[in-house]
Amino acid sequence: MCDTCGCNITPGNKHLIEAGGKLSHSADGKAAVEVLHGLLGENDQQAAHNREHLEKHGVLAINLMSSPGAGKTALLEATIAAMKDELRIAVIEGDLETENDAERIRAQGVPAIQITTGSACHLDAHMVHDALHHLDLAKIDLLFIENVGNLVCPASFDLGQHRNVVLLSTTEGDDKPAKYPVMFRAADLLLLTKSDLLAVLDDFDPARAEQHLRQLANAAPVLQLSARKGAGMDAWFGWLRAETAARRAAARKLRPAERFNGVFRV
Amino acid sequence: MHELSVCQALLAQVEQVARENAAHSVEKVVLRIGPLSGVEPRLLQDAFPIARAGTVAASAELVIEELPLTVRCQNCGAETAAAPNRLICGACGDWHTQLISGDELLLASIELTKS
Ligand SMILES: Nc1nc2c(ncn2[C@@H]2O[C@H](COP(=O)(O)OP(=O)(O)OP(=O)(O)O)[C@@H](O)[C@H]2O)c(=O)[nH]1
Ligand SMILES: [Zn+2]
Ligand SMILES: [Zn+2]
Ligand SMILES: [Zn+2]
Ligand SMILES: [Zn+2]
Repeated sequence: MCDTCGCNITPGNKHLIEAGGKLSHSADGKAAVEVLHGLLGENDQQAAHNREHLEKHGVLAINLMSSPGAGKTALLEATIAAMKDELRIAVIEGDLETENDAERIRAQGVPAIQITTGSACHLDAHMVHDALHHLDLAKIDLLFIENVGNLVCPASFDLGQHRNVVLLSTTEGDDKPAKYPVMFRAADLLLLTKSDLLAVLDDFDPARAEQHLRQLANAAPVLQLSARKGAGMDAWFGWLRAETAARRAAARKLRPAERFNGVFRV
Repeated sequence: MHELSVCQALLAQVEQVARENAAHSVEKVVLRIGPLSGVEPRLLQDAFPIARAGTVAASAELVIEELPLTVRCQNCGAETAAAPNRLICGACGDWHTQLISGDELLLASIELTKS
């Protein structure tokens, strides 16, 4: 299932792959070295580098995460259709296979880079870096990174984004934040998607979903919307406008003062 | 479910420490992991023998110390234990809390043999 993950190794098959020898201990010459390091250090360094690329150009990067089929691509299509004249948008698409999602985005007339992860169930900062080098960041205000549909792995890998938006669709059950706390704790915004289906699903309670999120000590705003019917989309666009404006203002502050080399004539 | 890639990152660091200390082999690697780290200790144990093959830690033992989950309350100031999906204050029940410990993924120590 997953080459970069441990999920294909089970207690049942691991004897097949374990390298022969028993653990050997020698009493002599042992030295304990205290190291205390963050383990994902290499990914984090790459992520910081990605963030530098983005910030130099005043690009806001948003990492979209959800379980498969929660509506990430549909949300992007509707968002681009409504906002592409106002904001210059680009998308990085992560999927195990196929260019389908990237093609759906390109059909909206904005650049989309597809990362096909093959067997990995998440994007990492290195994959995103490669994709960034295929985009002209000087021509982008807002970069969406659609992560692989998965509520487990993606939360553990910093990509260099500024904000995490997590989608929870009404068909998945309102208790997902309690079941996947690592993912939902990382959310800067929770979108309850496919709200048009609330009428026929009597067991999804948006208030309960929000309560589960609060129990993770997460104060992130919660918005309900339907990409298909358009309901609730204005609040989402408002959030995007505020975040891109804040990112641009921060980039202006970063830029060194312009130097004037000419001669002033009064 | 990315435990093999975590193991590979771990071994890259272990190899670096081993090189810096002119070690002949690595006997033991100690990790500290919190319940909100996003890494399953059992899956990590399963992935470790595969990742260590062919490295200076080819026969190393992996020891995982699981760290407690603790939150500090912004309302009443109490520090209490919490569950991964209930990070509320154990004293007053408020959810405005801050995680003090529980999301760590740390390489704590390495035991090595010098030639
Ligand atoms: N009823 C309803 N269906 C929706 C809505 N948004 C998306 N869908 C449907 O849900 C299905 C999955 O939507 P996608 O946008 O492809 O979901 P995704 O999260 O991008 O999926 P992956 O990339 O495969 O993880 C499609 O059949 C969509 O038409 C919505 O607002 N309402
Ligand atoms: Zn998609
Ligand atoms: Zn670069
Ligand atoms: Zn993974
Ligand atoms: Zn309290």
